[in-house]
Amino acid sequence: MTSTVERPVSAPPVAPRRRFVLRGPGVGLAVGAVVLFAVAPVALSDFRLSLLAKYLCIAMVAVGIGLAWGRGGLLTLGQGVFFGLGGYAMAMHMKLADAGPGQMPDFMLLYGQLDALPWWWAPFRSPYFALPATVLLPMLVAFLLGSLVFRRRVRGAYFAILSQALAAALAIFLIGQQGTTGGTNGLTDFQGFFGYDLDDPVNQRMVYFIVAASLLALLLIARQLIRSRYGELLVAVRDSEERVRFLGYNPANVKLVAYVVAAGMAGLAGALFVPAVGIINPALIGIVPSIEFVIGVAVGGRATLLGPVIGAVAVAWARTTLSEEFPAAWTYLQGLLFVLVVAFLPGGLASARVLLRRRSP
Amino acid sequence: MTVIVSQLFTGVSIGAVLLLIALGLSLTFGQMGVINMAHGEFIMAGAYTVYVLQKVITGAGWSLLIALPIAFAVAGAMGVLLEFLLIRRLYARPLDTLLVTWGVSLILQQAARDIFGAPNVQTKAPDALTGNVRITDDLVLSNNRLFILGLAGLAVVALTLVLRFTSLGRRIRAVVQNRDLAAVSGIPTGRVDRLTFFIGSGLAGVAGVALTLLGPIGPTMGTNVIIDAFLVVVAGGIGHLKGSVIVAFALGTLQSLIEYSTTVSVAKVLVFVAIVAFLQWRPQGLFTLRTRSMA
Repeated sequence: MTSTVERPVSAPPVAPRRRFVLRGPGVGLAVGAVVLFAVAPVALSDFRLSLLAKYLCIAMVAVGIGLAWGRGGLLTLGQGVFFGLGGYAMAMHMKLADAGPGQMPDFMLLYGQLDALPWWWAPFRSPYFALPATVLLPMLVAFLLGSLVFRRRVRGAYFAILSQALAAALAIFLIGQQGTTGGTNGLTDFQGFFGYDLDDPVNQRMVYFIVAASLLALLLIARQLIRSRYGELLVAVRDSEERVRFLGYNPANVKLVAYVVAAGMAGLAGALFVPAVGIINPALIGIVPSIEFVIGVAVGGRATLLGPVIGAVAVAWARTTLSEEFPAAWTYLQGLLFVLVVAFLPGGLASARVLLRRRSP
Repeated sequence: MTVIVSQLFTGVSIGAVLLLIALGLSLTFGQMGVINMAHGEFIMAGAYTVYVLQKVITGAGWSLLIALPIAFAVAGAMGVLLEFLLIRRLYARPLDTLLVTWGVSLILQQAARDIFGAPNVQTKAPDALTGNVRITDDLVLSNNRLFILGLAGLAVVALTLVLRFTSLGRRIRAVVQNRDLAAVSGIPTGRVDRLTFFIGSGLAGVAGVALTLLGPIGPTMGTNVIIDAFLVVVAGGIGHLKGSVIVAFALGTLQSLIEYSTTVSVAKVLVFVAIVAFLQWRPQGLFTLRTRSMA
């Protein structure tokens, strides 16, 4: 074990004037906002727009991964856990709201194993509990796991494996609890979203705007974090944890913040995914989807602000387009993407230009 | 009482499967500090080797015995190829290696789907392994589980002998302890890495042969078993086989006992919690190499 120190991936240093993907982060964000709010709603049909809303939810997870992995070096292969917690929290509230006051959700009656609502479902009837819970519940889980793990200096591949095992455990757990969580089917078939009929195309457009606005908000949060002193510290921990410790900081806390923030972002993404797509189930949060969140980030450029978003949307779009017609070809392509991008273009597309100038990293 | 003993036996046999899978993984992880996500697909390759051999050789008993060395060679060759083409180029980037090998595992799974078809296939177990050993009326040990237990034991003994008494083993241990010092002492670290990968991946092939006795063979069979094996490696620590041995059996027994008193899905969560708690006590795993390196 002499070579476990991760070589820094060609990440731009944190100096604010440094150029990012487009022509600087501010301009990139502005262009992105115009595309999301002005161009896309006009140019795309209702169907395409709701697909885009789905991709943007995945992109929200990617923003968090970009922060934790690209900036902090924490390869988290379990973001599906937080995505799922946020999604299930929202889905439980919507199920209860559909059922009406005092009633049980339809699937519980269908399976017929329960006489009354389980106690842990009950608080989700109130939107004042459910909405904050979509973000705070994932953050709490991340805080508990992170503070245990980082404090004991479990890191690198060990941390990646643990985060992945958590995703596996949660997915298997949810499948096993068919009567109270919907099992493999998950929670689906929602009618309303806070009183708005989800079948109405206008309301679907409203969901899209909420998703787009949330993504933009998360990007602004990530940008502030990256540009702050904390952002510099995070990169320092990634590149030389021991040195940061010797400088008097506690790297465990630095990592914990990034991990918890990323978890909150994934939770919000999951919560919005439910009204946007209309389903949450264990197949969306297990090992495979959790690691697939990472590929978009790698493709776009893990250490940049907008790279993960662009990469995630591009990969999700390619999946929908290709996997319907050529499922086998898509799996090969996805495997090749992992291999080629991570091995030979670790900075992602954002670094392609740099790489052309300077061959060997 | 017999219930507990038979649950313990189930646990030990789960542990034996885990151990067979984790041995190779722990060898390559210790050697290069990289997690090989395609290890599960080497298991799959070993299992499909049995399937192909049974098409050629009809006797199930012989085909299983012949399959063991062939599966070792097939999976080992795949491992060497992976090491030579990709992992070699990523030595200082363990996390990236993890993602790259995940991509390889996706490609191998799809290749298996294209070659053998997406549905699971079955192999015939030899007659000698279909029966049971009856200790008492309540306590029945199935032959195939005993065979796997024996196979795991054999693998541990063989690997220990190789590591301890051969010149290759000495070189492997030297590289694990300090790669740079081994290199300046004239050990060809690149070649040692390749041989380590051959042995480690070959053991995955053997594990694949063992898994054909327990269930059907399918393109995703590797993914289903690999996570638990990773946990064994993480909790066992690297550089020592005994860590993997102890943790594999402990984990198997724990899982079987929790499953018996609750359900499979609750057992998964509790085992995970147990491992996180264990890492509070031993963050580097059960046994660690003492080095001066800070990494």
